Amino acid sequence: MIASPGLNLAQYWSAVAADWPGGFWWHWLVFTVIIIIFILLLPMGFIYIERRGIGRFQARLGPNRTGPFGLFQPVADAIKVLLKEDIVPTTADKVVHFLAPIVAFAPVMMVFAVVPFGDGALLADLNIGILYVVAVASITSVGIFMAGWASNNKYSLLGAMRDVAAVVSYEIPLVLSIIGVVLIAGSLSLNEIVQTQEIPFILFQPLGFIIFFIAGCAEINRSPFDLLEADSELTAGFHTEYSGIKFVLFYLTEYGEALAMSTILATLFLGGWRGPVLPPWLWLLVKILIVFCVMVWTRAAFPRARIDQLMALAWKFLLPLALINLLITGIEVLAWPEGLPWVLIFINIAITLVLVLLWSRKFKLGWGRVEV
Amino acid sequence: MALKTEPFVLNIGPVHPSTHGVFRMRTTLDGEVIVDLEPVFGYLHRGIEKLAEERTYTGVIPLTDRLDYLASMSNNLAYVLAVEKLAGVGVPERAEYIRVILAELQRIASHLVAVGAFLNDCGAYFTPFLYMWREREKIYDFFEMLSGQRLMYNYMRVGGFNQDLPDEFLPAVRKFVKKMPEWVDEYDRLLAENEILLARAKGVGILPRDLAINIGASGPVLRACGVKWDLRKADPYSIYDRFEFDIPTGTVGDCYDRYRVRIEEMRQSLRILQQAAEQIPGGPVKSEVPHYLHPPVGEAYAHIEAPKGELGFYLVSDNSIAPYRCHIRAPSLINLTALRDMIIGWKIQDLIIIFGSIDITMAEVDR
Repeated sequence: MIASPGLNLAQYWSAVAADWPGGFWWHWLVFTVIIIIFILLLPMGFIYIERRGIGRFQARLGPNRTGPFGLFQPVADAIKVLLKEDIVPTTADKVVHFLAPIVAFAPVMMVFAVVPFGDGALLADLNIGILYVVAVASITSVGIFMAGWASNNKYSLLGAMRDVAAVVSYEIPLVLSIIGVVLIAGSLSLNEIVQTQEIPFILFQPLGFIIFFIAGCAEINRSPFDLLEADSELTAGFHTEYSGIKFVLFYLTEYGEALAMSTILATLFLGGWRGPVLPPWLWLLVKILIVFCVMVWTRAAFPRARIDQLMALAWKFLLPLALINLLITGIEVLAWPEGLPWVLIFINIAITLVLVLLWSRKFKLGWGRVEV
Repeated sequence: MALKTEPFVLNIGPVHPSTHGVFRMRTTLDGEVIVDLEPVFGYLHRGIEKLAEERTYTGVIPLTDRLDYLASMSNNLAYVLAVEKLAGVGVPERAEYIRVILAELQRIASHLVAVGAFLNDCGAYFTPFLYMWREREKIYDFFEMLSGQRLMYNYMRVGGFNQDLPDEFLPAVRKFVKKMPEWVDEYDRLLAENEILLARAKGVGILPRDLAINIGASGPVLRACGVKWDLRKADPYSIYDRFEFDIPTGTVGDCYDRYRVRIEEMRQSLRILQQAAEQIPGGPVKSEVPHYLHPPVGEAYAHIEAPKGELGFYLVSDNSIAPYRCHIRAPSLINLTALRDMIIGWKIQDLIIIFGSIDITMAEVDR
C-alpha cells in the first residue's frame, strides 16, 4: 500500500506542500492519520445517528441524556465497554479467539487507503483501486469465521457459517455491479472513476446501484440480512463469547464496514467528492451520511430474511440481473465509446423498472419445508 | 465427494431472547434444519394449583393474576366465574358489563404483545413492537385507574367488584375505542403485505386442522386453521350473547394466518367494547356474598375465551373456606404441545417465529 510513483504533489491537500522535504512520507503520515481519525470518529457518529434515528422511527426519543442531544452517548458506551472484563471461554481456541477481532477490523481500515476525499486526495492512487477494495473487504469474513469457530459455541458457529455463505454468494453480484461502473469510467482507480462522473453513475446504472446496495447490505450484514447476529435467534451470533475491547473491535468493524460500504457506494454511484459550492470532503461526507441513513431506515422497517431466502435472492435474483446489467452496459459503451449520451439515463431507468418488476414476479424466495 | 455429516444438538433456552420466558428446547439440527425437538418445561413452576388449596376462595384471585401475566383480567374472570358457578352466586348487570369491557381490553392488550413479539421474532428490529407497546400502555393506564396496578390487577371479586369504576374510566375507554381502529389499521399497514414477512410467515409452521382439534388447541391457534370455535359464541358466558361480533378465521393455519387472526380479533374486540361502553347500565357492582364462602360440596368447571385460548378453572369444594382441588386448563400449555409437529423440517429461524406465533406465556404453561 504505497503511493504510486510520479505523483504530482501539488494537487494534494494544502497541508502537504509539494516542496516539503520527504513529501512521500509526509503524504503517508497525513493520510494515515486522517483515515484513522475518520474510521474511529465516524462510526461513533454512525452509532449516534442510528440510535437516535431508530428511536425516532420507533416513536421514542433515543438516547438524549449524555451531553447535548445525547451526543456523548457513544463515548459513554465506549468507556463502559472498554472497562469491561475480557472473558475468554475455557474451551475456546485462545489464539484464534484473540486474533479474530483484529483480522476482522484491520481490512475495514485498509479499504480507505484508495478512497479519494478530494481530487487526488487519497493515500494511494492504485490503478486497480476498486479491485483492491473488493479483495480486502472480504477478509473481514475470515475474521468473523475465526471468531465463530474459536468461541466453541454453537450459536457463534451458526452465525459464522451464515456469514461465510452470505459473503461468498453476495460477492458475485456485488462485483458484477461494480464492473458496470468500471466499464463506463474506463478505469479501476477510484479517483479516476470520480473524475469521469460528470453525471453521477447512479443515473446511468440504476440497476447496478440497486444491486450494489442490496448486495452491499448483505456483505456487511446489515438488516434485513443481519443473519449472523440475528439477536432474536442466535442471541448475538458470532460475537456471543466476546466482551470488553474485543467486542468493541467487532462493534467498530460492523459500523466501519457500514462506513466503507457507504463510502464506496458514494464514490462509485453518487459522484464521490464532486459537487458544487461545498468543499469536496464535505460533499463526500454528506453523501456517506445519506447512504447510511437509508440503511438505518431499512433496519427500522424490515423483518429479517431466512438463510435460504437470502441465498435465493443472491443467486436467483441479483446474479441474473447483474449479468443483464453488465450486458446492457457493455452494449451501450460499445455503441458510444466517446461517452454515454444523457438520453440513456431515461432508457436505463425504464429498463431497470421493467426488469426488476418482471423478475420479482417470476422469482420465488426460498425452499420451505425440508422432509426429514 | 461426500463429506460425512452428522446432526448436532443445540440447546435453545431456558434463557434466550426469543423463548418468551424460561422455556427450553433441545433441538437436533442437521445444518440449519431441525430434525428433532424436545421441549423442556418446568423452569417457572410455582405450584399455583396446590397453593390454591391453602387459601380462601377470595385469596386465590391474586394467584390467578400470576398465571398469564399478560392477561391477568381474563384469568381473574375465569376464576370468579368458576367460583360463582360453584357457590351459585349471581352477578349484577353492571358488573357483567364491566367484566366484558375489561376482558376485551385485556384481549387487545395481550394480542398487541403477541403480534408485536411475533414480528420482533421475525427480525423487525423492535419497530412494530414498540408501536404496539404504545397502545398497550394506554390500556394499562385504564387498569391502573381501576386497581392501582399495571400488571397484577387482583380486581375482580366473586359476585362482582369491590368498587365501582372511577368516573373518568368510561369516557377514557370510549375515547380509546374511537381512536384505536386507526391504530390497528396502522399496525396492519406497517408489515401485513411486506414481501419479507410474507416469505417468512406464509406457509410456515402449518398446523393441520385435524391435529389442531385432536390436541385440543384453542384460541387464535385453532381459529387460524379455519375452525370457527370461539367460546364467546359457542358457550356464551357472562353476557357475550348480547353483543354483535364476528369470529375471524384463517384458512391454512400457518404463522401468517395466526398473525392475521390476532389483528382481526382486535378489531372485533373493539366492536364489542363500543357496544358495551354504550349499553352499560347503572346500579350496584356487587351482589351479596358472605365474607367467607362455603360453597356446597360439589365441583364446577368454568371456561372463558382468554386471549390465548380456552382458559378453564375446575374447582372441587368440600364445603370448607378453601377449594379442595383447583385445576387450571391453561391454553398456552395445550397449544404448545403442537410445537414439535409444526417445527420438524423447518429451520432454526422458523422455529423462532413458529414458537412466537403460538403466543404462549411461560407462567401459564408451568403454573
